[in-house]
Amino acid sequence: MTQLEGVRRSRAATGSEADRLTIAGRAFTSRLLLGSAGYPNQQVMLDSLAASGAEIVTVSVRRISLEGYAESMVDVLSDKFVLPNTAGCETARDAVLTARLAREALGTSWVKLEVIGDRETLYPDVEQLVQAADELVRDGFVVLPYSNEDPITAQKLIDVGCSAVMPMGSPIGSGQGIANPTAIELILNRANVPVIVDAGLGTASDAAQAMELGCDAVLLNTAVSKAHDPVRMARAMRAAVDAGRDARLAGRIPRRAHAEPSSPQMGLIGS
Amino acid sequence: MNTITVNGEPREAAPDTLRQLVEAEGLDPDRRGLAVARNGRVVPRQQWERTELEAGDAIEIVKPFAGG
Repeated sequence: MTQLEGVRRSRAATGSEADRLTIAGRAFTSRLLLGSAGYPNQQVMLDSLAASGAEIVTVSVRRISLEGYAESMVDVLSDKFVLPNTAGCETARDAVLTARLAREALGTSWVKLEVIGDRETLYPDVEQLVQAADELVRDGFVVLPYSNEDPITAQKLIDVGCSAVMPMGSPIGSGQGIANPTAIELILNRANVPVIVDAGLGTASDAAQAMELGCDAVLLNTAVSKAHDPVRMARAMRAAVDAGRDARLAGRIPRRAHAEPSSPQMGLIGS
Repeated sequence: MNTITVNGEPREAAPDTLRQLVEAEGLDPDRRGLAVARNGRVVPRQQWERTELEAGDAIEIVKPFAGG
């Protein structure tokens, strides 16, 4: 066991009623971060957010269009911790400007940093991502970067001062779950900031798995918003995150190659 | 008369200041959630009134939308 692994385990072992997610010194009760996009309508989104128990809700920042101006996200999400993203940006330059516009529009210096390399795979452009993260941290932002599930990239993001790392479970919107749990564990063993699995989760067991691996939180959107019944899936995700967190803190039994009886072996009749 | 672009679209007859432009675009400049960049730099809301537009300016006006 590495030293950091030891730190992480002892931290997990102190689990109590006051088990909080702390990012950049700010404590949150919920370990589920939820996106606001793609719901059948705004009421379903609000009901899903309520059912999920999420405190942190992601939004995008886009060019204004008169048609879209009717209902303001700022107003409907006034009781949430709104986390703007830089989704769709393909260069560090665009991502940095988007983050700055978001700071002005929403009055928050927190940003979910996303710099994608191409619009088909939606894989991060790691070089541009690290560059943008560095620039934004220097400008006073609390940067939560969406990245590959790659321990080297995660370390680079931590080194430039990111307040969390958010490795992908699998490609955005794919619902494939956690494609490479070993890589997520490697990141967990080394990171000294919260690790939040972002993207690719498809159903409740994926969220539970992320938490059982030791992740500090999960961020998802499509799995809820495109479910047949988004509100019910939001509720399922909340329960899954809680269950996975509890299982992690409880400490699972080791895997064995063979059976191990659970009932007493003495006093069997007929012996 | 200034020729500028707003969110990538040309405006042949732009007003004098950024605040007037936001109004001319049909937006309430005092409404929460708006942000404006001029030539790649954010212009804080309190400076909209005294920011004079110049020919060739590229203006971006954004607001929060749903996002993941």
